[in-house]
Amino acid sequence: MPGRWIPAGRAPAISTNAGQSAMPVNAANDDPERARRFRDAALPHLDDVYTLARYLLRDAADAEDAVQECYLRALKHFDSYRGPAMKPWLFAILRNVCRAEYARRASSPTAPIEDVPEDAAQTPLWHDAPETPEAQMLHRWDASTIRRLVEALAEPFRETFVLREIHELSYREIADVVGAPVGTVMSRLARARAMLRSAWMAEE
Amino acid sequence: MTCDEAEILLHALIDGELDAGHARAVEEHIAGCPRCAAQLAAYREMSKATASANLRYTAPPALRRRIEASLPQARVPNRRAVLRGFAMGSAVSAIAASGLFAIVVRNDDEARIESEVVSAHLRSLQAGHLTDVISTDQHTVKPWFNGKLDVAPPVVDLTAQGFTLIGGRLDYVDARPIGAIVYRRRAHVINLFVAQTASTERHAAKLDTIQGFNIRRWSERGLNYWAVSDLAADELAEFGDKFETAMRTGTVG
Repeated sequence: MPGRWIPAGRAPAISTNAGQSAMPVNAANDDPERARRFRDAALPHLDDVYTLARYLLRDAADAEDAVQECYLRALKHFDSYRGPAMKPWLFAILRNVCRAEYARRASSPTAPIEDVPEDAAQTPLWHDAPETPEAQMLHRWDASTIRRLVEALAEPFRETFVLREIHELSYREIADVVGAPVGTVMSRLARARAMLRSAWMAEE
Repeated sequence: MTCDEAEILLHALIDGELDAGHARAVEEHIAGCPRCAAQLAAYREMSKATASANLRYTAPPALRRRIEASLPQARVPNRRAVLRGFAMGSAVSAIAASGLFAIVVRNDDEARIESEVVSAHLRSLQAGHLTDVISTDQHTVKPWFNGKLDVAPPVVDLTAQGFTLIGGRLDYVDARPIGAIVYRRRAHVINLFVAQTASTERHAAKLDTIQGFNIRRWSERGLNYWAVSDLAADELAEFGDKFETAMRTGTVG
């Protein structure tokens, strides 16, 4: 149900320059040649975009709606797309779609991204890690356990973790997608891994 | 370096995101700090565990169909468009007589082949299309092309330089078979297309961007090369430089 998405309140991290298209958007959307180029460029990333949506929204149906909306917006802005690479560009659009979804979810237990302070937990969790060898223990967890633990991470940390560990984006690419400096990406990633490690050991 | 700094930077070390100077500084700290060394070892193990688990999701087929259906479909050209084509045809014949045509066509050809190369790259990314021969060994990939092409594409192992050889593939560009050698850098695939050319002169590398993909094109010793990837332009340039250097120093399979 595409109609339920509210436009994102903030400019996308990677500009889509919608207003600057030479052609009226609707006329351009009807061009089959353009649609073919869009399909070739954007559809191979569908699984990646869907994976990110699943981790950001933690709901299969919401993720499907968000991905569909993301592709509609991407097609609309395809004329003004000049790079960076297609995948980070789609991620940035998806992220804006998901932020609009957060705004809609008044009852969400997760706060929107900018409401979580970077130093949310003053005590570095990883200082309390026991000295036992963890290697054997970590290998035992199956994918569904790890997914659950990742999904339990607070929003900005989960997002950074997924972009790095699952989509293997570089720090620079992550910074572009989330619209934050590389230094912030680094500290979020360090926190994300520390929190995941604690949760991991708590499971044990 | 303090432990607080090292605790952040050791992640960048694991991810290969530090320059040589910072990497050395972190390693020096870790060498003298058992606690940070234990951290590094634990996070390396955790990264390994997450990397080996399949944490990705696959988009439901219904979603793919819904998105496909929302795109405008190609239509059969109507009569008016066909007539317009005829008018264009005679205009083109008139230009052909002037010699200008050859230049226009050459540039057009280059652009068209680059766009075909990008399409071939995109096709290769679909499930099961990437490689016909899977091997990280250049001495397996190179002989595989024997008899399939009229040219032996050079296969260079660039693993030590951060570009992992993952295999080779026979592809079609410009209606002819073409060799594709496949490399990987992190999650990025690089297709290196190699085709014979009549000219033996060397053309220095040229970088282009089509649909968000970077293309590095160059010619050497009678072969045309197109490296295509969604890697950042500077990393793709680095790939090309490493490849050309390896070719010159003769570490070719």
